[in-house]
Amino acid sequence: MRMSAETTSAPVPADPNADAPAPRGEPFWRMPALVWLAAGFLVLVALIATFAQVLTPFAYEDTNLLYRLKPPFWSPLSMEGHVLGTDKLGRDLLSRLLVATQVSIALALLGTLIGAVLGTALGILAAHYGGIVDEIVMMLVDWQAAMPFLIIALAVLAFFGNNFYLFLALMGLAGWETYARLTRGLVLSAREQGYALAVRALGARPWRLYTRHILPNVIGPLIVQLTLNFPQTILLETSLSFLGLGIQPPLTSLGQMLGEGRDYLLTSWWLAVIPGAVIFITTLSMSLFGDWLRTRLDPTQR
Amino acid sequence: MSTAFVESVDVSGGEIIRPETTLDTAPTDSILKVRGLTKRFPMPRDRFFGPRPTLTAVAGISFELVAGETLALVGESGCGKSTVGNLVLNLIAPTEGTIAFEGEDLSRADAARWRARRRDMQLIFQDSGSALDPRLTIDRQVAEGLDIHAIGTVSDRLDRAHRMLEAVGLGGDLVGRYPHELSGGQQQRAVIARALVVEPKLVVCDEPVAALDVSVQAQVVNLLQDLQQAYGLTYLFISHDLSVVRHVADRVAVMYLGRFVEVARRDVLFARPAHPYSRALIGAVPAARSRHGRKVHPVALAGEPPSPMFPPIGCALNPRCPFATDRCRRETPELRSLAGGGLVACHHAEGLP
Repeated sequence: MRMSAETTSAPVPADPNADAPAPRGEPFWRMPALVWLAAGFLVLVALIATFAQVLTPFAYEDTNLLYRLKPPFWSPLSMEGHVLGTDKLGRDLLSRLLVATQVSIALALLGTLIGAVLGTALGILAAHYGGIVDEIVMMLVDWQAAMPFLIIALAVLAFFGNNFYLFLALMGLAGWETYARLTRGLVLSAREQGYALAVRALGARPWRLYTRHILPNVIGPLIVQLTLNFPQTILLETSLSFLGLGIQPPLTSLGQMLGEGRDYLLTSWWLAVIPGAVIFITTLSMSLFGDWLRTRLDPTQR
Repeated sequence: MSTAFVESVDVSGGEIIRPETTLDTAPTDSILKVRGLTKRFPMPRDRFFGPRPTLTAVAGISFELVAGETLALVGESGCGKSTVGNLVLNLIAPTEGTIAFEGEDLSRADAARWRARRRDMQLIFQDSGSALDPRLTIDRQVAEGLDIHAIGTVSDRLDRAHRMLEAVGLGGDLVGRYPHELSGGQQQRAVIARALVVEPKLVVCDEPVAALDVSVQAQVVNLLQDLQQAYGLTYLFISHDLSVVRHVADRVAVMYLGRFVEVARRDVLFARPAHPYSRALIGAVPAARSRHGRKVHPVALAGEPPSPMFPPIGCALNPRCPFATDRCRRETPELRSLAGGGLVACHHAEGLP
């Protein structure tokens, strides 16, 4: 018995939107000019972070007390070779800036990634198992959110002493709870989608369901969270270094440079403004690029 | 299409009666055997210290499916028909009852056994839009079932997926599309291809065409029938649309408030529905009254179906049924065989006007 409409093997009429370019097919270079600028700056920062030691004109810790607080190149008082001037100990500001960028970016990147991976994993576990696991994870999230993290970091660093890996671990712990909460909610709603049930009905293990289907579908908001969290991690590093509990001299970081430069804001403002500008432009570029990436990663968002 | 079928039901003492002994189908032909399937959902307390109410979505139903047949479950929204489909595939765990697939009792099977068994038991969804992962091209999604069950070689799987998509009418460059680049009918074809590529034996079709335009519905229904013949599939076809059911079903089970109220061959049910609820359903389809020789006397039911949290005592239909007697308000009718073929759960099925 057949229904009266045309049979199934008839060719399916072409989709009217068939000529529209597929989102994935669009070449990456057709991104907006602002995103181009942001991406360019991030590439520059990445290059600096990778090759800082090669690029520095002077050793970043070499002091020269005869040439203290020299201004940058635009001033008639500037010194040949010291393009961005010198700091209170006569160290070359450009060299310090390059190394500080390397240290800060490495710390923030690793810290953000640790937090993202930890938080996302805990969020998925909470959503998958529910019950007591969910309760424990969410209790930890609430506990972390209720405690001012700067105070915890200060206490830990004051108690255990400063150490690069401990500092890195603290950076990672700084933002995990936002990822956990976000991931849990996203996974709980994605699990109710038809495709999640369909993949289960196909006989997939939970690992496949989460890694191949749910995670790619919820990664957009997580990337946005990453780009929001990245500047926060830089600011946490800045605060701790400023308070003297972060990166210790002679090693430097953008936050430490900002903290040191603050004392000379009235006389040698560039000492604080230049590292501050690097922080500002880096975080802004990260946000712009992350937002663009989110739109591009989601084929339905066009 | 096999016309053989078996109807059997667990009546009170667990004794299985076979009302249609003329049909010499051996019991070994039954691919799926469901006994006393029950699902109760705990609901939130309405008062802080109050008792926890339960919603009985499925109240102890039993049925068998013979290889190659199509059993349709029909009923209003909320009658539990989709829950039955999910229970059969163990996508939700039953509260009580047993499910045997090809003679293997799966009630005690662990998650790994169920995963392996899912190769033979597949599901086609109602909402094909959300049933496809928006981030994967449809050929990748169809090939995924082959990955999961390690069917064929890795290089061969995408080819198989393309052949399956071709078989459901999605050839050419459509295979590399994302779901949102397809029309609703094309999405449903992709969903069908994904379910069938692992060569299942039993397919639960949960309202497979309800979300589609009527013209596309016909195409998809015909496709499902063609595929059933080509691959020898057994369908559990869940639908509220009686005109679709009349095209695809060999047998029809009518559900009301989590129970079967009538099970009969399609022609018997549509010509002579015995249960007042079946008569109300079939009488509401305009074509049903003119197509068949005997006019179905429509039964007008009063009001809305009651909440499954507080089902009526006695026959679940009694508050709405125009023929209800005191017995209907006291005694829950069991499914029993009728002289004309089929099973009915009504005390007065023979004596109704």
